[in-house]
Amino acid sequence: MAEFTINVNGKATQVDVAPDTPLLWVLRDHLKLKGTKYGCGIAQCGACTIHLDGIAMRSCVLPISQLKDQKITTVEGLSEKGTHPVQKAWIEHDVAQCGYCQTGQIMSAAALLNDNPSPSDDEIAAAMNGNICRCGTYTRIKDAVKTAAKMS
Amino acid sequence: MKLIKTSYNRRSFLKVSGAAGGGMLLGFSFLAGCTAAEVEEKVVELVLPENWFDMNGFIKVGENGVVTIMSPNPEIGQNVKTSMPMLVAEELDVDWKNVVVEQAALDTKNYQRQLAGGSQSIRLGWKSLRTAGATARRMLLEAAAKKMEVAVDELSTEAGVIYHKASNRSMGYGEVAADAVGIEVPEEIALKDPKDFKIIGTSIPNVDGRKIVTGEPLFGMDYEEEGMLIATVAHPPAFGMKAKSFNKEAIKALPGIVDAMILDMDYSKVPSWTSNAFLRNSMVAIVGNSTWEVMKAKKALEVEWTQASTAESSVDHDTQLTILLEKKTEAARQDGNPEKAFKNAAQVIERTYSAPFLPHNTMAPMNFFAHVKDNEAKFVGPIQTPEISAGIFADITNIPKENISVMMTRMGGGFGRRLYGNWLFESGKLSQLTGKPIKLIYSREDDILNGVYRPAYKVTYRAALDENNNLTAFTVKGAGAHGGPVWANRFPAGTVDNYSAADSSMDTNISTGAWRAPKSNFIAGAEQSFLDEVAEAAGKDPIDFRIELFERAKNNPVGEENDYDAERYAGVLKLVKEKSGWDNSMPDVHRGVSAYYCHNSYVAQVVDIVNKDGKPKIQKVWCAVDCGVVVNPTGAKNQIEGGTVDGIGTAMYGGVSFKNGAPEQTNFGKYQLIRHKDAPMEIETFFVDNGIDPTGLGEPGMPPVIGALANALYKATGKRYYDQPFAKQSDLLG
Repeated sequence: MAEFTINVNGKATQVDVAPDTPLLWVLRDHLKLKGTKYGCGIAQCGACTIHLDGIAMRSCVLPISQLKDQKITTVEGLSEKGTHPVQKAWIEHDVAQCGYCQTGQIMSAAALLNDNPSPSDDEIAAAMNGNICRCGTYTRIKDAVKTAAKMS
Repeated sequence: MKLIKTSYNRRSFLKVSGAAGGGMLLGFSFLAGCTAAEVEEKVVELVLPENWFDMNGFIKVGENGVVTIMSPNPEIGQNVKTSMPMLVAEELDVDWKNVVVEQAALDTKNYQRQLAGGSQSIRLGWKSLRTAGATARRMLLEAAAKKMEVAVDELSTEAGVIYHKASNRSMGYGEVAADAVGIEVPEEIALKDPKDFKIIGTSIPNVDGRKIVTGEPLFGMDYEEEGMLIATVAHPPAFGMKAKSFNKEAIKALPGIVDAMILDMDYSKVPSWTSNAFLRNSMVAIVGNSTWEVMKAKKALEVEWTQASTAESSVDHDTQLTILLEKKTEAARQDGNPEKAFKNAAQVIERTYSAPFLPHNTMAPMNFFAHVKDNEAKFVGPIQTPEISAGIFADITNIPKENISVMMTRMGGGFGRRLYGNWLFESGKLSQLTGKPIKLIYSREDDILNGVYRPAYKVTYRAALDENNNLTAFTVKGAGAHGGPVWANRFPAGTVDNYSAADSSMDTNISTGAWRAPKSNFIAGAEQSFLDEVAEAAGKDPIDFRIELFERAKNNPVGEENDYDAERYAGVLKLVKEKSGWDNSMPDVHRGVSAYYCHNSYVAQVVDIVNKDGKPKIQKVWCAVDCGVVVNPTGAKNQIEGGTVDGIGTAMYGGVSFKNGAPEQTNFGKYQLIRHKDAPMEIETFFVDNGIDPTGLGEPGMPPVIGALANALYKATGKRYYDQPFAKQSDLLG
């Protein structure tokens, strides 16, 4: 065990965990932020997507010891009340079925729009390809990303 | 107006609760009451009442008119947590903006069939949920009539307000809720005429939508209790193996590890319909303080596994299924004399189709919370069969069923996997053994490894055409491991004079069970691909060819037991033909069509493929659906879109293969699920408007699209696709 100070959603937070603990489990088990999900543990499904200095990253393979002072943003930190344009667009398009993957999808979409405010269909598919939705809401996700792009 | 028996009890209900801490609370319904168009508005904050008054097990009315509607059934993404309360709200006649939806726990006194399976929740809840709403409305009316000193039939309601128009008086539901508690309701109660529906038929967004997008803890994985430990299990690497011994002391000495043990489950008492799902019952369990600590300890396991039964391989399954197809099997149904008809045929077409074992791959791996103390058990988590599973746990442990509580969380996908709660029983057993509250989490690898797979299937179809290209004989013969895929009385049974259907099954020690649209998820694609070839051989348009058959079934059906309505079946084909502009050929678009009936609903689909960067790409899928009344169009379309994507993904990439009992794909690195780039660019869904009582949508959208895809791929590539996954045959979509 070792002490680490990480910057999560704008707050410096101390945790005492093994150095190889993936950020995913630090967020979920230690900081009780449950919006970041476990899906595969090998960075293949995208359910655990967070932002590291604004860039979409898979938190399930990111050991806490490799973090420095980067700003970590989880879905809980994206907006206070779910009013980020991507979140609003997700509700407008009634995207979710089971809903489990959607926070990861939203984090990938928000990072994409930061980088590219009006992506084409192909650019959306490419940026979102790392996020699996087993319920198959891909067409709604694409439409929601476009709506969010117009909003932001 | 229909009169419905008020079948559930009419005993008095007491005022149930004051709001926690008293006083006015700001509610959490968020956008539950918002239509899609209003989403731009601010978060709706309902003021919750101080007291709730329980009308019946489904409805609580607050003194300020806010209404809580209980959602009885498990939510697996099929959207029943929104659509079932809509049925209650419709007959209660409340404004949806004033409704808070709450997930009910397992409660066999108040609810029937708390189960997610077979796409039956809406169909079977259609009358009972509306009756619950109508009954509560009646109780409120009776109370208001007393207060206003008028006759009940002089009163009317609108959006949660009771009106006595003759005297120009009105009262909110909240004002009479206290007096309405316990009022006896009549033996029979009137339900609304569908033309008066105000909520049913409107698009109401997911009641958990806001919580989902903000990452609130909704899922079993997110559930925590004070003092809770985390457990994980290591299943044997192959079917047929058992745990013999492991490095227990070394594991227990690892940081954060509380206990480790071999867990042998006794599944000898599970209901017979589930028995093939519970073939893996030996594992090593690790209990600790945090998820990462138990997952890390799992990596340090050194286990001696013993081979207790055969180590099976997919190549052997394939050989044995082929042998079964060639073996003479008694037909489950025979009309006329197929053998003779084949002898006299001008053309005979015979094709064989196959599909592999299929894991469910729910996005949330299996998990459950359990706290077992002495003679009682508390469970919280994602389960499609709370009542059945509580019963099995009672049998396993001898804890009385009435002492077992099950709270259903939102599920990170179900697709049939969460019908079989082995992880629930394991969590309970671990809690009993350690005396601690436990949350059990499977790793993704164990989730796939301990699958309850869709059986591996093979099917051979034969069709005979006469010299005028009429279909004179049709036979289907299937085989599966375990359980065959054939529905003997489904289309094209009833449309051909000479018909036979036979099915066979082989035993396997690989666990199998229901996977979204059992059997149909394979047989629809095979049958609809085959019919495409038969239509082509007959020189007929594939839609016209099918409609001809339905005409026969409608006017002069063969046999008496045909499990479909030919008119509705033909209806979805006609609708998809019209909407997709089937008759207008587009030179660069390759189209395939199919139609299928399962789970009481009819779906026809047209898949359009274009050539993009030298590869076939699905440009659009057109869907025509007959599910009777559409309760919630946005949710209904979502189900059909999801089923469409699932069908395409499964047909293209799905399947797990076994070598010496071990799955060769155990995570998403090797196991391919459909992703954004492979998904159709557009899906459009049209519903038949016929006012018939509603039927299910969770499953029926998935099976037929596989046929439409195979048929469109044929047009695009010139090749027929017989064996799933199609992508194995060439690098197809991209």
